Amino acid sequence: MKLPDLTELAVRNLRESVLRNSLTTIGISVGVASLVAMLSLGIGLQQLASRRLMKSGLFDTVVVTSRRDLRNFNRDEERNGPAPAESRILDESTRREIESLPNVLEANPDIRFITELRYEDKPHLMMVAALPPSAQTNDAFEALQGHFFSSDIAPEAILQKAFAEELLGKTPKAGADETNVAELAAPLLGKELTMRYAQREAAPGTPVSTAPDNAPSTGDSLAAAAYSVVSREQKLKIVGVADLDPESMRGPTRARVFLPLKLAESLHVMQPTDLREISRAATDEPVYSSLSVRVKSPSLIQAVEDTVKKMGFNTFSILDASRSIQQFFKVLDVFLGIFGSLALAVAFIGIVNTLVMAILERRREIGIMKAIGASDGDIRKLFFAEAGAMGILGGVVGVALGWAIGQVINLGTNIYLKRQSFPPEHFWAVPWWLVGFAILFSFLVSLAAGLYPAGRAARLDPVQALRYE
Amino acid sequence: MSSTARVSQNDAPAIRVEQLCRHYRMGDTLIRAVDGVTLNVRTGEFVALLGSSGSGKSSVLNLIAGLDRPTSGSVIVQERDLARLSREDLAKYRLHTVGMVFQSFNLIASMTLAENVELPMRFAEVNRDKRNDLAREALERVGLQARMNHRPSELSGGEQQRAALARALINRPQLLLADEPTGNLDSHTGTEIMDMVSDFNQQLGMTVVMVTHERALAERYAQRLIFLADGKLIGDESNAAVAGQGATEDASPHRERL
Repeated sequence: MKLPDLTELAVRNLRESVLRNSLTTIGISVGVASLVAMLSLGIGLQQLASRRLMKSGLFDTVVVTSRRDLRNFNRDEERNGPAPAESRILDESTRREIESLPNVLEANPDIRFITELRYEDKPHLMMVAALPPSAQTNDAFEALQGHFFSSDIAPEAILQKAFAEELLGKTPKAGADETNVAELAAPLLGKELTMRYAQREAAPGTPVSTAPDNAPSTGDSLAAAAYSVVSREQKLKIVGVADLDPESMRGPTRARVFLPLKLAESLHVMQPTDLREISRAATDEPVYSSLSVRVKSPSLIQAVEDTVKKMGFNTFSILDASRSIQQFFKVLDVFLGIFGSLALAVAFIGIVNTLVMAILERRREIGIMKAIGASDGDIRKLFFAEAGAMGILGGVVGVALGWAIGQVINLGTNIYLKRQSFPPEHFWAVPWWLVGFAILFSFLVSLAAGLYPAGRAARLDPVQALRYE
Repeated sequence: MSSTARVSQNDAPAIRVEQLCRHYRMGDTLIRAVDGVTLNVRTGEFVALLGSSGSGKSSVLNLIAGLDRPTSGSVIVQERDLARLSREDLAKYRLHTVGMVFQSFNLIASMTLAENVELPMRFAEVNRDKRNDLAREALERVGLQARMNHRPSELSGGEQQRAALARALINRPQLLLADEPTGNLDSHTGTEIMDMVSDFNQQLGMTVVMVTHERALAERYAQRLIFLADGKLIGDESNAAVAGQGATEDASPHRERL
């Protein structure tokens, strides 16, 4: 029999016992809907997480340190490279070199120092760090009170919530870490902080080299190595208070006060590396303790890390952590898929039952068809077509149903998030491939369910079937 | 008569049944529904299989129709041994060579008459336009053109059997097999149906094998009467009243009398 004829007969037969077939189709729909709902939740959560992680700046950043820095992250790897004393320093020229590597968006020096900050004549000691303009998109600043730096050179500061609490003399109560940032920010925004710091100043008469000096210098420059350290003050306007911690990966060295990067560079704050490198070159050229290298996408991290390592530096990234998160979502998807499929398994049994019932009911009809020339294959195909039609219909309805369930849950959760004053989120995604996959899967499951009934109908003995009343 | 002339030229039997047996096992007992039947039916002949219920006449018809397979012996139709055909080929045989009508009409209740009639052509993969034309033509032939879009339940028994006849003829088969075609009809309607069957036999040259238990009906229409009892052939006689109308003289090797 030709396909259009098969389809026509199948649809006609389905319409003949419309209640039973509708119920079976609804069973399939519910199964598909639960599968779609579960999978789209998994996909949505994964997309949300990777969106979040991308914004956090954790997964697209490589921290580059000199091997000369004996305090750095990857101790073990140092055994493989050149000895620390013979390896390169991280200065402006290497920064530019790294920034020009393929797939690198930017390489920013990490400037951080512990210093004294006065607020309303009360001194506070705190870690200060510089932020590049690109940090603006970091999701730590998503719920920023106030605004980001007006320019990269503006004498402005952004405070982390914990320091804001300290300035206001509020100590967070145990367990109540959800202090409202808006309340903290209100009295602080626009106020002035006075930062006292140690400035490195080239000693008078010292030749100032501006050219990059990559070649390891030896003792002959020793005589010239000299600079003075001067205490300075800088007034900073508080423009923002951040709720989250943009430096959570830094652990104990994370800062609570942030300055624009260019401003911080212009201050020439004395860095620990200055002391270490004093024996090498007495230049005004800054030597960085570490660089934050932003890469185009997390997938390119490994390649960039390898290149930078070959240049003779140490690197660190949270790539491995990101890998295990990806793995977690894969496992989550599988689990959600299995739960979703359970409902479809029930629907599978429903289809088998419906079609077996249909055989009993249409036994005589099958006998007639065989008597007038239907082959086993025709009968088998007819039952397959009925199962397939129910599968496709159930699949389409199920996808729509699953999508609707998702929308409702998304809406409900966003209402909840709004009440908790969180920004709305899309943690529900029904990509087109899932729509196609769900309908195809439903179709295939239905065909599989039709396998036994169709075979049974095809093997029916026409003489017996015709005798059946 | 033209059909007589044509048949005379072709003496090869349309159906050759040799030592045909069909045994069933029911529990511990062996039922010999058909037990060593041998008979020939010539092309264009109208043969009635007579016998009481349980005589095996319907079983013989089912074996000739290719609905059932013999336990032993053979049914040879147009030089093809049905016992040796695959299930697929047997279905093709039923589709193209045989048309069947039944006592209970066996129309499909969910389909209109036109759909019922064109159903065999769906299996034969005839295209839709041709199917529609042929179905209309066939229904016109049996006088049902006005009822084409009615369902069987909306029709009288006679009309249903006429539709079944139209369906049996739609693929232009050489054999028309009728199993008690008038069994569910009153005598007037029965006569109407039998006239049609007889018409097909004489005008289209179709070979007809009809199972019936009504001897009067058989004598009125069939050229040959074959009697069965307990699965065995017990009589095979030419019907002088109609013999001249269809095929030539009875040439069956079994000429036992009742």
